[in-house]
Amino acid sequence: MARSPAIAIASGKGGTGKTTVAVHLAATLLFRKQAVQYLDCDVEEPNGHLFLKPTIESSASVGIPVPVVDAARCIACGKCAEVCEFNAIAMLKKPLVFPELCHGCGACALVCPVGAIRETPRAIGVVETGRAGSIRFAQGRLNVGEPLAPPLIRAVKTRREPAAVALYDSPPGTSCPVVATVRGADFVVLVTEPTPFGLHDLALAVATLRPMGRPLGVVVNRADDDRRVQDYCQAENLPVLAELPDDRRVAETYARGELIFDRLPDWRGRFETLWARIEERT
Amino acid sequence: MKVVLTSSAKTLADPIDMHFGRAKVFILADTETGRAVAHDNAQNLHAAQGAGIQSAETVARLGAEAVVTGSVGPKAYKALQAAGIRIALIEAVCPGTEALRRFKDGELPVLDQPNGESHWV
Repeated sequence: MARSPAIAIASGKGGTGKTTVAVHLAATLLFRKQAVQYLDCDVEEPNGHLFLKPTIESSASVGIPVPVVDAARCIACGKCAEVCEFNAIAMLKKPLVFPELCHGCGACALVCPVGAIRETPRAIGVVETGRAGSIRFAQGRLNVGEPLAPPLIRAVKTRREPAAVALYDSPPGTSCPVVATVRGADFVVLVTEPTPFGLHDLALAVATLRPMGRPLGVVVNRADDDRRVQDYCQAENLPVLAELPDDRRVAETYARGELIFDRLPDWRGRFETLWARIEERT
Repeated sequence: MKVVLTSSAKTLADPIDMHFGRAKVFILADTETGRAVAHDNAQNLHAAQGAGIQSAETVARLGAEAVVTGSVGPKAYKALQAAGIRIALIEAVCPGTEALRRFKDGELPVLDQPNGESHWV
C-alpha cells in the first residue's frame, strides 16, 4: 500500500482558520474511518489540542547542539566566529558564544583546527504525542522566549505515522517555520478570509510556497460577497477547494472549544467535500 | 586613547547615531592626536541577527578602549564587556565633536548594564 498523504494547512495571515480547518479535516477522516494523524506544527502557540482534547502519552525534550569552547585548548584563531552565519560567536579576546542565536549547524566545531569546540544540546521545547480517540496526535511546544522554531517543527514531523493521513497544522506567515512545516507535504491548503489583508497575505504565502513545488489549494473562510480572493485564485490558476460561509454558530462553537463537526451536523458535508477535493489532488 | 563613536555619517561634525549595533558608521577617534577615521558599518546595519555582537567585534578589532553611544542591547553589552571595552553613554543626539569633547572631559556616565532591547529576527 502506498504511503498515506501528508497535507499541510497553512495561511499567510493569522487567524483565518487554519486550526479550524485542520481539526475538522481530522474529524472528517475519523468519520470516514480513515486513519488520521494531526500534527500541530504551530509550536509557538499550538492550539489544536483545545478542540481535539487528546490524551498525551509521551513527552520528549528537543534540543539543538550548541558549541562549548574549551578555553584551555582554544588558540583564539577566530575561525569559529568567522564561519558562523548567525553571528552566534563573537571573537573578542576569546570566542564568546551566544547560544540563543545558534542554529545548531555544527560548522564551528568542524572548522576548529584544535578540536576545542564540543557540542552540547540546548533544550528548545518538547514534542508530545498521544491520541484523541482514534485520531493520532502530536504537537510541539516551544519554550517561551525561544526564537528558533524549525528544529522543533522537524522533530514533530518525525513522529509521523506513515499509515495515517498526516495533517500538518502550520504556523501563519511566510517565514522559516512555515517552510519547515510545508516541506515534504504532498498538498498545501491555504486558508484565507475575504478581506484585503487576507488576500494580501495569501499572495505572499503563494509566492513563498510556489517555488517549493507543492500543489496548492485555497479555502476561503467566513466567505461573503467579496469575491477578490476568488478572482485572484482564478487569475493565479489556484483551485478554490471550499468557501466556508460566515456563520455565527461556528464562532460560538469555536469559542467553546467544541468541534463544529459534532455540534453542527449541517456543516459536515462542507468538510467532506473539502476532503474529497484534497484527496483527488494527492 | 582610542575611542569609537557611533555616527550617522562619516565625520565628527555629523550627529552621532544613538544605536550601537546598527549604527551607520563607527568613527575611530584618537583623544590625544584628534585624528578621526570613519568605518562603514553597513554590513552589520543589515544583519538579520547578531548585529550588536558583530559590531562589538568590529570595535574590538579597531583597537578601541571605549565606545561612545546612546544604547547598547544585552548581547552587545556582554560582548563589549568580554572585550574589556568601556561604554560611555550619550543621552541625546549631538555632533560627534561635542560627544568627543564631553567624553574627554569625563562628563559621560559609564554604562554598567545594557540599556537597549534585545531584537529578534
